[in-house]
Amino acid sequence: MSTFLAEAAGLAAAAARVIPWIAAYVACILLVMALWRLGRRLLGRRRGDVLRRTVTFGDAGAVRGEGVASVLSVTAILGLWAAFTGSALLPPALHAPAAFAGEGRFTYTAEAPDGTRDEATVTVLVHRPGEAPPPLPDLPPGEGWARDAGAVVQAGRTVLVAAQDNDAITAADGARIVAVNGIPVEPGGARVETGWGRVGLTARGTLSVSPDPGWQMEPIWLPPPEAVAARLVEIAQSGYRNATLWEHLGYSVFRVVSGFLLGALLGVPLGYAMGLSGWFRGWFDPIVEFMRPVPPLALIPLVIIWAGIGEAGKVVLLFLASLWIMAIAARSGVSGVRLAKVHAAYSLGASRAQVLRHVIVPNSLPEILTGARVAMGVCWGTVVAAELVAADKGAGMMIMTASRFQNTDIVILGIVLIGAIGWSIDGLMRAAERALIPWKGRA
Amino acid sequence: MSHLVLDRLSMRFHLPGGPVEALRDVSLSLPRGEMLAVLGPSGCGKTTLLNIVAGFLAPTEGQVTLEGRPVTGPGPDRGMVFQQGALFEWMSVADNVAFGPRMKGMARRERGDLVEHLLEQVGLAGFGSKAVYELSGGMQQRVALARCLAGDPAVILMDEPLGALDALTREKMQGLVLRLWRETGKTILLITHSVEEALLLGARLVVMAPRPGRIHRDEGLPFAAMGAEGGDLRAVKREPAFAERREEILSLIWDMEEEIMGRAGGAA
Repeated sequence: MSTFLAEAAGLAAAAARVIPWIAAYVACILLVMALWRLGRRLLGRRRGDVLRRTVTFGDAGAVRGEGVASVLSVTAILGLWAAFTGSALLPPALHAPAAFAGEGRFTYTAEAPDGTRDEATVTVLVHRPGEAPPPLPDLPPGEGWARDAGAVVQAGRTVLVAAQDNDAITAADGARIVAVNGIPVEPGGARVETGWGRVGLTARGTLSVSPDPGWQMEPIWLPPPEAVAARLVEIAQSGYRNATLWEHLGYSVFRVVSGFLLGALLGVPLGYAMGLSGWFRGWFDPIVEFMRPVPPLALIPLVIIWAGIGEAGKVVLLFLASLWIMAIAARSGVSGVRLAKVHAAYSLGASRAQVLRHVIVPNSLPEILTGARVAMGVCWGTVVAAELVAADKGAGMMIMTASRFQNTDIVILGIVLIGAIGWSIDGLMRAAERALIPWKGRA
Repeated sequence: MSHLVLDRLSMRFHLPGGPVEALRDVSLSLPRGEMLAVLGPSGCGKTTLLNIVAGFLAPTEGQVTLEGRPVTGPGPDRGMVFQQGALFEWMSVADNVAFGPRMKGMARRERGDLVEHLLEQVGLAGFGSKAVYELSGGMQQRVALARCLAGDPAVILMDEPLGALDALTREKMQGLVLRLWRETGKTILLITHSVEEALLLGARLVVMAPRPGRIHRDEGLPFAAMGAEGGDLRAVKREPAFAERREEILSLIWDMEEEIMGRAGGAA
């Protein structure tokens, strides 16, 4: 219990640290909005409500997404991404401060057991990530018993420098470091600012050198946008892990579409049976109502045991993910028919089959298409998760494998592509709704 | 000869709160071509009565016969016009009207001519290709009337057909219903809430009393004939005889409603 409370407290503290940043972001949004409105007023443009409403706050009909705001928000995300990754897309003046790279120096003062002190210089060569570590040049030892030393480190990292090892009186002889750049230091104590980084002593008395990490992200955490774009071109042309990018994405889409279609093919008739017959509803209600809240992801282990990690397992999983959604959508579509429509059809001489074909099926289409939209979304989420677990092709497998090899650019590229495909699927489903059921919400 | 006969209909529902007697011993007979208006306070069983005639409900006792044949279920010989929401919004206006003939297997070309004629009759010529949801409430009821006529039923059953319309549209539609009645000579059973509408349209008026639902009064009316002769409905409404009759029926129904309220209040 106490561990849980400590975790919760830690979480709350972490969340609290984020609040100023969120506040700053919101303040930026409001500032840009104020500038935009001011600019429009100075240009003499009226506010864009053709209906000349005087009250717009609280009137949902008066709220339209401002296109300019959308463009700015996306630009801001890309801009922040570029600025904090030192992207070549931005002039360096707009970059966040970069990590120190180049040559840094500091001096340390060592004290021998007899109380004599001597000073020596440490040269630190800081190289950028991705660059080969430069060779340490030959350093003249300098004067006195403390000899000059050197170290090589990647930008943003910390290195321990055993500067005393080449001294005439080493740490093993009882000598210890007492100052850096003339400023006294203690083991494990405060570190000294050198202008290009910080130098301190570890608890065991070794020099610990941290060149200034700057504000930029290392490519291993977040590569710049152009690196992701370049990676897109590269794997689109030459593929990744024995399959082209289109094969990876195509497999994911194929699994979703075939799993969804199978689910709809069985789920819609099942839903109709449940909506039209009390016996069928009684029979299937417990099954459907129990299976529906089970997250499809929870079925992955069982599906792997039963069907293995091949195509069949994934399609079965997606079939199960869409089956219950489609059955419930079709059931509520049937149940939602107005009795007056059914009565009217019978009074016009329709048979039961004709009532089903001409009244119940078209009447249930809006619900079924809404269900299909939900099911496609769930299937897309499920396929990516299933591929994360086990697959040899697919969008999820691509980003999971890339993450094991720390190919962060592929991970980000994969996430963007997965998002783009999910968004397109939803767009297609909405277009299908507009084309197939223009009467939706207007009857 | 009587055409539509309701013979000692009784209806009891067994609801969780105990049995409810919706109708007791209701008998009516309509000659061909009669327009009968049924009025009554809410809960007097008007809609139950209509549903039994339509064949959607089976009476506990008694039976309905149309031209001597007992009614056992819904059929195209009894057309229905509902208050609203009974049109098929996935079909165009023309397809809605053509629905009945299509179910009976009438050829497409023949259907087209029929639909055109009917749409003209209800004042919607040229609206055939429109979607139902593009029409106003009054126009939708015109489509419902045309759809019902397309099935060429022997009897038309109307359940508050104008109940959801605004006052002005309603008045226009009353004229249309009267005109269609005169032109087609159909037998019409009209259920309504509106005393004025019942007096204006019915050639005969049945007032029902509630709990159990039963016939309280059954009498002929002169006003529909005046309106159907092509007379001005507004003029009919201005007749002193019309106003007098309206007040009389209104206070009758008013008293019934008061009695129900009183009884419910006393029981509580």
